[in-house]
Amino acid sequence: MNYTDRIARQVAGIPRSGIRDFFELVLGRDDVISLGVGEPDYSAPWHIREAAIYSLEKGQTSYTSNLGLLSLRKSIAAYVAKHFSVAYNPANEILVTVGVSEALDIACRALLNPGDEVIYHEPCYVSYSPSIAMAHGVPVVAETRVEDNFELKADAVAEKITPRTKLLMLNFPTNPTGAVQPAGELEKIAALAIQHDLIVISDEIYSELTYGGEDGMDRGEHTSIAGLPGMKERTILLHGFSKAFAMTGFRLGYACAPAELTEAMMKIHQYAMLCAPIMSQAAGIEALEHGDGPVEEMRRSYAQRRNLMLRRFAEMGVPCFPPGGAFYAFPDVRKFGLTSKEFALRLLEEESVAVVPGNAFGAAGEGLVRACYATAFDRLEVALERIGNFVSRLKA
Amino acid sequence: MEALLELLQQNARLGPAQLAERLGQDEAVVAARVAELEKEKVILGYHGVIDRDKAGNHNVAAFIEVKLMPERGGGFDRLAQRIAKFDQVTSCFLMSGGYDLAVFVEGEDLREVARFVAERLSTIEGVQSTATHFQLKVYKQNGFLAEVEAEATRLPVAP
Repeated sequence: MNYTDRIARQVAGIPRSGIRDFFELVLGRDDVISLGVGEPDYSAPWHIREAAIYSLEKGQTSYTSNLGLLSLRKSIAAYVAKHFSVAYNPANEILVTVGVSEALDIACRALLNPGDEVIYHEPCYVSYSPSIAMAHGVPVVAETRVEDNFELKADAVAEKITPRTKLLMLNFPTNPTGAVQPAGELEKIAALAIQHDLIVISDEIYSELTYGGEDGMDRGEHTSIAGLPGMKERTILLHGFSKAFAMTGFRLGYACAPAELTEAMMKIHQYAMLCAPIMSQAAGIEALEHGDGPVEEMRRSYAQRRNLMLRRFAEMGVPCFPPGGAFYAFPDVRKFGLTSKEFALRLLEEESVAVVPGNAFGAAGEGLVRACYATAFDRLEVALERIGNFVSRLKA
Repeated sequence: MEALLELLQQNARLGPAQLAERLGQDEAVVAARVAELEKEKVILGYHGVIDRDKAGNHNVAAFIEVKLMPERGGGFDRLAQRIAKFDQVTSCFLMSGGYDLAVFVEGEDLREVARFVAERLSTIEGVQSTATHFQLKVYKQNGFLAEVEAEATRLPVAP
């Protein structure tokens, strides 16, 4: 049977992920120190795991409301009000999802008609463009540049707006660049959204992990576009537990949006997913109610590793802008005359260190590589030493 | 607590160069600050955290609840400081609640600890009573688990 014709066009059109090829190469070797990971090196804090165990002990193994446990939604409302300064009604403006990935998917499916254009910024997390395409939308890239510290300039958005533009997708702090968006530029983008009547989907999964002050040890500023004047009514705020609370495997996220949009997303969620796993939801309540301390401890440790990485890159002569958030550094390797992929492949072959080629996150990432510093100090130090050796050979 | 102290509390083997890299500061500044903290006795000392069972150290450890008669002027300080100075005492804390001092002691065997309690501790004027509890097994010590969790495997490359 010829299967090619059987596969839906919008799926067939999605290119094979560049990360997958690289993943196969790394898997074949056992001596690799990987800075290619996309999750915390911590397991979820024990008090959160213990809450999940307790919920199982109590026999909580059933479905929940499609929207998620009301108690969790109340915790989310309180948490979002405290950290993002936006008030959402837990009864009808919050939907608990299976990770932010699901939330992103159903937000696109709930809003897009075939041919609607969605502006998103690259370099970015790999699922934005496919999520748009699978919802029959048209992905439109606005690039961020290393010269601007990978901030999204309002001008770059403005020049991509057409009469067909329906959505604007934001992700700050950004994977893979570690960029944060300053409030001033965010306000200009909000003004554009209002002027052109766009809905904004804002993925703020890394918002707790920001680094302020000269040494990065303080929490940095994070402004949510949902909290800007006039924006709550046209924003879908996406957040979750994976990064800050180190709960990736719990697969738990949420969307906060005006009631009618939440209802539309819920329609898809109820048929595709029914609800997020109840034990994950129990763990989520514990995380939100009592997790601030452990989150801050982890954040400070990331800040220290970020400092270590930035200093070593500086000593090696590898340009790297100081990322204000997430747990990635995005150094610029253009001066070595190699493509991102060549640099990453040779680093893997010659020094057994894995980083992710920047072009895996969009064409704008070419010439850069992503190095995750959510890696144990001792391994991070060895990895940086090996990168130093590699780079000095390239320079020679 | 300042970040430098947090780092040293987790791993006292970090030298000034490593500390400086993690804190984003100059090595000389960090070294001077460590020296200052040592001089001010903010940092009391450094030691490895050793699982005595695995190390083959069969010393006996005990925790003693001690009730004291407080003194006018100094409260419990004079007596507590006197008790803390014994070599057998590894830690000593003033407590709230049903007793006054928590005294942690170590000795070669049960008899040595018993002798310390009977002849040294109980005979001090002002010590009203003691209750000795022998330690049987270590599960966690100074923030370190005796049985470390196996490291979870993570995807080596993920978006």
